[in-house]
Amino acid sequence: MQVFAEAVVTAVTLLFQGSTELWNVIAVTFEVAIVSTAAGVVLGAPMGFVMGATRFRGRRLLVALMNTAMAVPPVVIGLVVMMFLSRQGPLGFLGLLYTKDAMSIAQTLISAPIIAGLTAAAVASVPYKLRLQARSLGASRVQEALLALREARLGVLAAVASGFGAVVRGVGAVMMVGGNIEGQTRVLTTAIVQESRKGDFGLALALGLILMTITFAMNGFLTWYQHSNERFERS
Amino acid sequence: MTTRTTPAGISLQATGIRKTYGKRTVVDVAEVRIEPGETLALLGPSGAGKSTLLAILGLLEPADEGTVLLDGREVTHRDKAARLQMAAAFQSPYLFKGTVADNVSYGLRLRRMLSGARRSAVAEALERVGLAGWEDRSALTLSGGEAQRVALARALVLRPRVLLLDEPLSSLDPLIKGRLAQDFARIIREESMTTLYVTHDQNEAMAVADTMMILRDGVAVASGPVDEITGLPPDAWTATFLGAGEPLEGEVVSSAEGLVGVDIGGAVVFAAGSEAVGTPVLLGVRPEDVLLFEGDAEIPQSTARNRFAGTVTEVQSWGAMHHMTIDVAGSPFASRVSRASVRELGLEAGSFVQVVFKASAVRVRVRGDR
Repeated sequence: MQVFAEAVVTAVTLLFQGSTELWNVIAVTFEVAIVSTAAGVVLGAPMGFVMGATRFRGRRLLVALMNTAMAVPPVVIGLVVMMFLSRQGPLGFLGLLYTKDAMSIAQTLISAPIIAGLTAAAVASVPYKLRLQARSLGASRVQEALLALREARLGVLAAVASGFGAVVRGVGAVMMVGGNIEGQTRVLTTAIVQESRKGDFGLALALGLILMTITFAMNGFLTWYQHSNERFERS
Repeated sequence: MTTRTTPAGISLQATGIRKTYGKRTVVDVAEVRIEPGETLALLGPSGAGKSTLLAILGLLEPADEGTVLLDGREVTHRDKAARLQMAAAFQSPYLFKGTVADNVSYGLRLRRMLSGARRSAVAEALERVGLAGWEDRSALTLSGGEAQRVALARALVLRPRVLLLDEPLSSLDPLIKGRLAQDFARIIREESMTTLYVTHDQNEAMAVADTMMILRDGVAVASGPVDEITGLPPDAWTATFLGAGEPLEGEVVSSAEGLVGVDIGGAVVFAAGSEAVGTPVLLGVRPEDVLLFEGDAEIPQSTARNRFAGTVTEVQSWGAMHHMTIDVAGSPFASRVSRASVRELGLEAGSFVQVVFKASAVRVRVRGDR
């Protein structure tokens, strides 16, 4: 148990000492997570809405592909992105490999299918007739879509939180395309791997605690939001 | 609070409307016409295509074939300006998450009405439906009747030229339904909007509508003024659906001073009318206009000209009321009798009764007119 106690002490000490290295890791973690979650929302939410709220030929295939994409191991996504961005790859000329941008691209490919799949499920739970009702009051197709997303907001929020969670806890993809370069592309998860390899379990655990705190804060916000809007939710 | 003026209703017409889902034709209606300020009740059993026809007429969904005319102008579901002249409320109120005011003001916000005017319009609409001061309540905690009132306010606040109501009362309990039907009828009358009212309840239709159309398997089987259709349905199926007696065939044998005598084969029925002697006609009487007395009872003097002896052939219990079929000289008449009366008169199949109804309660139509 001593190792756990030491980890907590180390984490608190590191945070309060203002270790530049630690804060840099946290900052990169947040930057990559926020950019890739935002990009995941931009790509995934409209696709999720279309899958959940409309009927078209090939929809089932698209849903099946999306569900498969949700389950693709991050390391495979990292491999594919790496192949694209490597010097011999089709996008090698961009020189993005081992940068935060490369990490954001890989993480976006992880978050977008999750956000799309869960948004589709949330929007599909909004009755079609509710949208018809909005249409009958003068809503355009876009206004109708926004209303459906608003009605399904808890589910959509949970989709975004899941996308963020998948990104923030991912290690394989960011390790492959980011390279875990200190001060540049090192994030909390890759730092944990690095410190564990060095045998510095205390620091690794401390970083793990910080990661868990971020996840807890995210879920805490979701729970608070859910309860604060309970009055307006369907029972 | 300033009361906004209500724009007058406009006509809504459609011709050759056809809609299919897969291989199944759900609507195939040659013509629908609602005059400005008039209420048309669209009746029919479940699955008859009523809601689909409402969605097409309300420009919410496209038809496969046919034309919709609003105020004489051809319109489609893509015509937003036309859609903005209409508003609808459905069987389930489908209130949005948020407060009552959020819901009622939804359409006004889409129309970019300024917040001050919006607040006042919402307050006025809520007052109209008997929910004054309910703005800040959560919409999803309301009872069925309250939610339906909010749904009506949400449509009324837009001052639509055409109001579409799709079975707005069918999910409510009878007590609230009765009260709301009266309120809806009063509001529709006072607002003088053109209204399409979908229902499967003929009483509700009679309470709110001027004209009615009856759909069966997507096809209009009857269309016309409410009294005419309910008083003399065009065929046996419609009569059964409306709970009325079957139309009887006969021939005018006397005609004088606005009163005709129609021989229905063994009995002469008097009716208000002026058809010439020898004219072949159909006649019908609403079951609630037909009174029954015991076979040997002394019937008090009254203005009812039609008095016949008959035999009860069928008794159906419809809850508080019983629907009786009585054979009068080979012709079936229907009567609706209270549970208590059935018990008191000891009515059952085979009972001998006297059938009494006024000439003014009899509807006559020349055969082949429809």
